[in-house]
Amino acid sequence: MSSSSPPVGAASAAISASEKVDGFTRKSVRKAQRQKRSQGSSQFRSQGSQAELHPLPQLKDATSNEQQELFCQKLQQCCILFDFMDSVSDLKSKEIKRATLNELVEYVSTNRGVIVESAYSDIVKMISANIFRTLPPSDNPDFDPEEDEPTLEASWPHIQLVYEFFLRFLESPDFQPSIAKRYIDQKFVQQLLELFDSEDPRERDFLKTVLHRIYGKFLGLRAFIRKQINNIFLRFIYETEHFNGVAELLEILGSIINGFALPLKAEHKQFLMKVLIPMHTAKGLALFHAQLAYCVVQFLEKDTTLTEPVIRGLLKFWPKTCSQKEVMFLGEIEEILDVIEPTQFKKIEEPLFKQISKCVSSSHFQVAERALYFWNNEYILSLIEENIDKILPIMFGSLYKISKEHWNPTIVALVYNVLKTLMEMNGKLFDDLTGSYKAERQREKKKELEREELWKKLEELKLKKALEKQNSAYNMHSILSNTSDE
Amino acid sequence: MAGAAGPGTGPVAAGGDGDDSLYPIAVLIDELRNEDVQLRLNSIKKLSTIALALGVERTRTELLPFLTDTIYDEDEVLLALAEQLGNFTGLVGGPDFAHCLLPPLESLATVEETVVRDKAVESLRQISQEHTPIALEAHFVPLVKRLASGDWFTSRTSACGLFSVCYPRASNAVKAEIRQHFRSLCSDDTPMVRRAAASKLGEFAKVLELDSVKSEIVPLFTNLASDEQDSVRLLAVEACVSIAQLLSQEDLEALVMPTLRQAAEDKSWRVRYMVADKFSELQKAVGPKITLNDLIPAFQNLLKDCEAEVRAAAAHKVKELCENLPPEGRETIIMNQILPFIKELVSDTNQHVKSALASVIMGLSTILGKENTIEHLLPLFLAQLKDECPEVRLNIISNLDCVNEVIGIRQLSQSLLPAIVELAEDAKWRVRLAIIEYMPLLAGQLGVQFFDEKLNSLCMAWLVDHVYAIREAATNNLMKLVKKFGTEWAQNTIVPKVLVMASDPNYLHRMTTLFCINALSEACGQEITTKQMLPIVLKMAGDQVANVRFNVAKSLQKIGPILDTDALQEEVKPILQKLGQDEDVDVKYFAQEALSAVAQRLRKLDFPAKDSEEPSAPGADKNHFLRPRGPGEDTGKAHTERAARVVSEEAVEAARFRGTDAAKVSPRTGTPQLLPGARAVRAPSVLSLEEEECGRESWRMNFL
Repeated sequence: MSSSSPPVGAASAAISASEKVDGFTRKSVRKAQRQKRSQGSSQFRSQGSQAELHPLPQLKDATSNEQQELFCQKLQQCCILFDFMDSVSDLKSKEIKRATLNELVEYVSTNRGVIVESAYSDIVKMISANIFRTLPPSDNPDFDPEEDEPTLEASWPHIQLVYEFFLRFLESPDFQPSIAKRYIDQKFVQQLLELFDSEDPRERDFLKTVLHRIYGKFLGLRAFIRKQINNIFLRFIYETEHFNGVAELLEILGSIINGFALPLKAEHKQFLMKVLIPMHTAKGLALFHAQLAYCVVQFLEKDTTLTEPVIRGLLKFWPKTCSQKEVMFLGEIEEILDVIEPTQFKKIEEPLFKQISKCVSSSHFQVAERALYFWNNEYILSLIEENIDKILPIMFGSLYKISKEHWNPTIVALVYNVLKTLMEMNGKLFDDLTGSYKAERQREKKKELEREELWKKLEELKLKKALEKQNSAYNMHSILSNTSDE
Repeated sequence: MAGAAGPGTGPVAAGGDGDDSLYPIAVLIDELRNEDVQLRLNSIKKLSTIALALGVERTRTELLPFLTDTIYDEDEVLLALAEQLGNFTGLVGGPDFAHCLLPPLESLATVEETVVRDKAVESLRQISQEHTPIALEAHFVPLVKRLASGDWFTSRTSACGLFSVCYPRASNAVKAEIRQHFRSLCSDDTPMVRRAAASKLGEFAKVLELDSVKSEIVPLFTNLASDEQDSVRLLAVEACVSIAQLLSQEDLEALVMPTLRQAAEDKSWRVRYMVADKFSELQKAVGPKITLNDLIPAFQNLLKDCEAEVRAAAAHKVKELCENLPPEGRETIIMNQILPFIKELVSDTNQHVKSALASVIMGLSTILGKENTIEHLLPLFLAQLKDECPEVRLNIISNLDCVNEVIGIRQLSQSLLPAIVELAEDAKWRVRLAIIEYMPLLAGQLGVQFFDEKLNSLCMAWLVDHVYAIREAATNNLMKLVKKFGTEWAQNTIVPKVLVMASDPNYLHRMTTLFCINALSEACGQEITTKQMLPIVLKMAGDQVANVRFNVAKSLQKIGPILDTDALQEEVKPILQKLGQDEDVDVKYFAQEALSAVAQRLRKLDFPAKDSEEPSAPGADKNHFLRPRGPGEDTGKAHTERAARVVSEEAVEAARFRGTDAAKVSPRTGTPQLLPGARAVRAPSVLSLEEEECGRESWRMNFL
């Protein structure tokens, strides 16, 4: 009876912290901690009291003809579910099921020839009965994995073994996809994908491996799986902004993209541009940015002509207010620049360095610092040097300005180094720019004034128009009233 | 660019003739291509001005094609564009030309970003109404069809919102086509599209002929309600409300109820939640008979659902459900079929369920009447008043008025007091804030005696709370109490206590006195204000902390209208003039503001204001708080004592704040005339219209 209760110690520590949250806005109402610490699923509400389990004989003690029969009986026995939210009920039966599951795991992984055609149905039925369930409402809708403890699945002691069993089953040398595809079909995969929303990271980790195996073994399901992931991501980006398993799904995709044949299909390019790039706008980008950037770079390594649209896409979604995300974007840009081809670089250098120039002069020192670190990268340096005539005029203004104005001494020091490097690349241009800097600033200021003036004029214009309208309306009115008088 | 050239030649009359007025417009159009998003956005937001200046024809032939090309802009710009175009019909020449707006809006309806798409659809719906029936079939319906059969899901989702606006005005043949397109979107491959279709199903059903509703909408509804994705199924519940309203009881029973029953027991809690959330609407839509037979049992199940979310949503609906029951037999149904479940919920394990119930349960008393309330509901109220969760208690207290009407509040007052006191001292300031807001209500219901005995001290304690929002609410609360209990009560109980705080060592408390005076002066009337409050305010003009001093100026401005001219002229004005010479800029500013307000008032009272009066020199009369007050006020001794205390405390406090400026919060953010530069810099006009006349003309052509 050692492991029949879920680990709740860590979770309860988090509760006291979140209890302090004020409970008055609607949002914080939902955020406040509920009574329960670990989640059960909604599935027990209809299930009445169930039959107690009775231990079956051990598989290893059975004769080989009985073994198959017993195996199926045990699978059927494991279809019965127990409520782990109630930690005192059915203790004996829970333990019997746990022991049986352990035995099944061992049975399929150590014996050859036990996964026969007739067993597939029972095996998939047992797995489905245990893992497919409606995930309960999240205890904490604003769940921040960096700060909050995840809510753990209460029935993990059983579910873990079921996943374990599922994996051994899929990885067994006896496993035959041609038979399994009758049971592991689109509906099955659909339900599996929905489970990726589980808040329990242990479960998502198992799911990741399971889905990866299924994608590898069931060629007929591949397109379907990609499409469903596509839908999950689109819902995540444009509808709910909430899905716990984004990072895991991206990880699987990373390895899928790696295996794409060349030339890339239009479908895959569309996925990159319409799903992966917009995904950068998500609020919780930090949770899956590493995996996302990996996928993007994988695409670019496959097909370098995608570089321009990808960088333009990133520039379009460049964070306006979130410095933390800006740092991530800069990281991703550096990863892309690491693999960029010089010809592609030329295509995007102008818009890209305009953005970098803005980042360099960010008052958030981490953003500025991250952008300035680009100059420590040998390959990027060589690209800049090749295109110094284009890049220096773009960068000069901000660098010159922050070298005088930035509040953070580290940034100022870094900027001096960068300016020095740039000067060494093209001293003449550098001197010219220094010379024209003042005139340039004045020109900008003037333009600003002109703009102000323009808006003022426009207001006047509007007033005049409104006045005219009023007058003409008044005239009309007086004409009308005159005619009616007559 | 021509726009940047040309030194200023002095002010030019904008729009001296028609052509000149177009010049800024040309620049504006230029700005539509600026690199800076903000500038593009500003320009887009002025789109109607641009169109107005261009006239309807050039708007149609030049501006709209140009805009259709800019659809690749940032979402923020696109959102503004989508919004603007919805109101453009007049600017392109009226309903006859409304279809000119369709191309840009069609592109906008296909972009990825949901908010842009939704806005484009909204504008399209608006414009559809302005189409003539012929134009609708010639231009609008084809657009809907194109969107409905678009490749990418975004155009198909947008199409879902457009069917209902064009259907009623289309011919029969076209109607059939429209229905066909809607049908196919309901079984679209992409769940996003099915969700969009499901969410528009009810709206579409409403504009269909009844036969089509039965033969086409109901099957679609049934399918969507059993979709594999719960996010689709739950939207079908919403549609159910609209569909049910259209059908007869018989059809309802046969066509809709099986699906609704199934939804109430869906395996996904989200769907059950939706049923609970829409319960009142459903109840009204299906009518009393089906409610009794089907919905009440379903509701009982929702009240004991295994997910707290569902229980809470159902608990929220308890009152409405009971109200909407048919009057005859209502009491029995509630007593027998609802109340037992409510009793369970009072001790629910989840605080949100309890608090949802607490927010509506009091409403049942009016429905059930005095006896039932006392016998059955009162124990529940009392239990909830003792609940461990402050929100539950608060919800009960905030709805006391319902019970008051039926049984009077006395029944509860014994249990009420401990609950109120506990909430009043709750560690969370929002809880305290909430209970303060109910104080006037409670005071009215409990009566002045009870209030003075039990609650008055609480109200005064809030004035020195360490959270500003609480102090602020407490001052407002005092004002409301005075309005309720009258000036005599104020004079005896509140005012003295408030005024004592004027000499508190903490400058925040001294300011609270001023805030209280601001709030109370009007309710208290001229006499109390002049005799008791004004002297204190004037005395505080010598405070060491600048924040207190400029609040004195503000207070004087505030209470000015209540004072008579003598007081204004003799007492207020000299002090304000002195503050007007203060070393602190903020104090100076507010003193001057107040002075001009006072002067204005004096003029209004037709009193020849002696504006020539010399302002007292800075530094003169430092001891102005010792200045004699009106008759019958502080004795001289008490006065000097207090002054002395103030002086010494000020010294301490001054030491605390000197140099750090910690006490000084910027009070003027938002007063534009104090922003340096904004008013000083008046740029010379750089737009020289005469000089550039010809260059501009060709340049404008380039851009259009």
